[in-house]
Amino acid sequence: MKTLSLPLAAGCLVATLAPLHAQELSIGLKSEATSMDPQFHQLSTNIQVGKNIFEALTTQDAVQKVTPGLAESWEAIDDTTWRFKLRQGVKFHNGSDFTARDVIYSFCRVPLVQNSPSAYTIFTGGIADMTAEDDHTLIIKTKDVNPLLPTDLWSLAVISADALGAEDEVVFAPDGECTGMGEVPQAPAFNSPDIAVGTGPYTLESYTRGSELTVARFDDYWGGTPEWERVVMRPITSDGPRVAALLAGDVDMIENPPIQDIPRIEGEGFSVVDALSNRIIYLHMQQLDDAPGIGGTDGANPLQDARVREAISLSINRDAIAERIMGGYAQPAGELLPPPMFGTSGREVDPYDPERAKELLAEAGYPDGFTLNLGTPNDRYINDEQVAQAVAQMLARVGIQTTVDATTASQFFSRRNALEFPIYMAGWGASSGDMSSPLKSLVATYDEVTGTGTTNAGRYSNPEMDAVLAEAMATIDDAKRDEMLQQAETMVLDDYGIIPLHYEQTVWAMKSDLTYEPRVDQYTMAREVKKAE
Amino acid sequence: MIVYLVRRLGQSLLAIMAMAVLVFAGVYAIGNPVDVLINPEATQAEIAATMQRLGLDRPLYEQFGIFVKNALQGDLGSSFVYGRPALDIILERLPATMELALVALVLSVAIGIPLGVWAGLRPDSIAGRTIMGGSILGFSLPNFWQGMLLILVFAVILGWLPAGGRGETTEFLGLQVSFLTWDGLTHLILPAINLALFKMSLIIRLARANTREVSLQDYVKFARAKGLSGRRVVMVHILKNIMIPVVTIIGLELGSMVAFAIVTETVFAWPGMGKLLIDSINLLDRPVIVAYLMLTVLIIVSINLLVDVIYSLLDPRIRLSEMKG
Repeated sequence: MKTLSLPLAAGCLVATLAPLHAQELSIGLKSEATSMDPQFHQLSTNIQVGKNIFEALTTQDAVQKVTPGLAESWEAIDDTTWRFKLRQGVKFHNGSDFTARDVIYSFCRVPLVQNSPSAYTIFTGGIADMTAEDDHTLIIKTKDVNPLLPTDLWSLAVISADALGAEDEVVFAPDGECTGMGEVPQAPAFNSPDIAVGTGPYTLESYTRGSELTVARFDDYWGGTPEWERVVMRPITSDGPRVAALLAGDVDMIENPPIQDIPRIEGEGFSVVDALSNRIIYLHMQQLDDAPGIGGTDGANPLQDARVREAISLSINRDAIAERIMGGYAQPAGELLPPPMFGTSGREVDPYDPERAKELLAEAGYPDGFTLNLGTPNDRYINDEQVAQAVAQMLARVGIQTTVDATTASQFFSRRNALEFPIYMAGWGASSGDMSSPLKSLVATYDEVTGTGTTNAGRYSNPEMDAVLAEAMATIDDAKRDEMLQQAETMVLDDYGIIPLHYEQTVWAMKSDLTYEPRVDQYTMAREVKKAE
Repeated sequence: MIVYLVRRLGQSLLAIMAMAVLVFAGVYAIGNPVDVLINPEATQAEIAATMQRLGLDRPLYEQFGIFVKNALQGDLGSSFVYGRPALDIILERLPATMELALVALVLSVAIGIPLGVWAGLRPDSIAGRTIMGGSILGFSLPNFWQGMLLILVFAVILGWLPAGGRGETTEFLGLQVSFLTWDGLTHLILPAINLALFKMSLIIRLARANTREVSLQDYVKFARAKGLSGRRVVMVHILKNIMIPVVTIIGLELGSMVAFAIVTETVFAWPGMGKLLIDSINLLDRPVIVAYLMLTVLIIVSINLLVDVIYSLLDPRIRLSEMKG
């Protein structure tokens, strides 16, 4: 009896839900936010969820252009001093007014967050002083010249000083020495909507770990009435079930459907949008004398020779990878960031020329090639292991016998950082949306003092490039900095210090009555999902 | 009885200790959690500071020493990822898994035993053969695939049931459960069936084999010869005597269902412990992994203990004091 009545009853359920549904949006995400505290863990899931509730002084639009957020305008008074004009009439979810005090409190709290696995201090560490000229004018002084301050500020969520129990006067001091902070609530407290108070278009309604996160419309939002009454975000980590949830109508939208399922999703009448992302997939080659995993060279490291590196680049058929392995959802890359983003030069993609590659190898003294271990994660980037396999086959065709060493991401990153691979494939998403990010982390000389080259596990070093980059990073003038970054990038690519493969494309699938402007930074922002006209 | 219980508890403690050592060393060998957790733009100084904050800069034996010291005081450490006590995070997920496992268990027993006994009594009938054929399918089809197929048929094609998630929950005895609301129930059906199918097949085969064996025993023949009704013979003489192996299996399988419902939970995005374990392994969240597996050992050991007690109730010849564990 029970099973017989089931379809009928389920049918009724759908019918009664339908009118409600128009005001409610549900999204299937591929991972889950680890905390509701926007200052706890720099993780894309936390950021994309947090941006619905909390805002920052600046924002980045879909192509990562910095635009005004809670600050209406800003100017650099001198190289290290900035004045921010804050927006008037902005209310927090608890009804209190947004003022400069909230901003100072928020930045002060960052170093006081305990047990953070990836702290936001990388953005606040460079701030020397903050003072409020009046309630809506803020002066920020930086320790060094930082042209990227407005970009960095996007990452620093503004939380309510009142809701978190600050005193009336909050005075800034670097490194967590601020006064007037009161008792600072820690990350777990943010599960409560009374603490997780921001200025964003949605307020936190409930957060059931592992199951769903619900946010509700904030009626007093300064930017106009938000589109949805409620937004439900559900983590569905496996690809297949996430697609099934969309097809079954459980959710209205999903992020990252697997490429092979896209034709099916489109065939069922859903819309699919995609955009080039800021994530470059690249090959990095180890430059140390005792690089492991190389054979047939009598102990020498052939990758130290720029001709060999060029040969590797020329032997790769990027079009074939983008078309066949990535199903067209990737674009061959000639740079470290897709043009026309800040600091790109529009450089041509390296051609596919295996004959020239063989000549170069012969010139470098390796007419018979050598053997190489290619490291890659197998669950981090889109079709990563297959791409690495294809690269290995292409290298084998010019004489470099390559074996692929694919492991799960957690193992890969540890091994890569321990310099276990002579050549590895990885990806880099430039969170700041400009060229300085990949240059500083991937190819600048590894230096613990200046904090550059952190992800340069090939230990490539080009002092001339380092000098140009350092100068660029101390230049406030955008036009000049753009030019210097282009110059620095060209120096690295001319030397084949790193080999760009392709830019990933990010895909979203949704019901046909929704629209979403695809974002370069790969974030799924519920606040940007609109009803189709 | 008491000696037996004490000995069993001692053994469990040893197992839990061994588990802690193995997992601790194992996760350490995989890699450094900070490499996975930190924003790649962080500088070397920030990476070092994070390692220190999470206590990962110390040598392994020292980290383990600190862990044991805290564990003896009931503190299993804080999750690297969530920044909250690992045990809290796991216990938060326990009710969802328990509910799923218990519903699956009830399904597999309620369907498995009658079908198994039926097939055992009439092994050559069409029904008996069909049941056995079906159980082979239940056994051999991969759990993951079964789950996807259930979703495809009932959620995507027919649209009767939701494809995943837990649905609406209500409070029952202080726990969040979903079987009391219609919405929760619809979410529970598919994952419970998915989890139950394998166990059901197991119980069918076990019940059938035992029924066939018991049916040939003298006391069953005698009961029939005495003119007892077929119903009474089956319910009292056969059923009671096939229960010991069935209870053993149910006990073992309940433990594994609670601990390792991972596949089902992942396919149906069910917010239980198994999914938490997978997520934690991917992020190398060692405190959660260690606490999870220690808790798992505890659950399995307790269930086995319970099974032993049930034995003695089912078969008065078995006495706990005689068991050597």
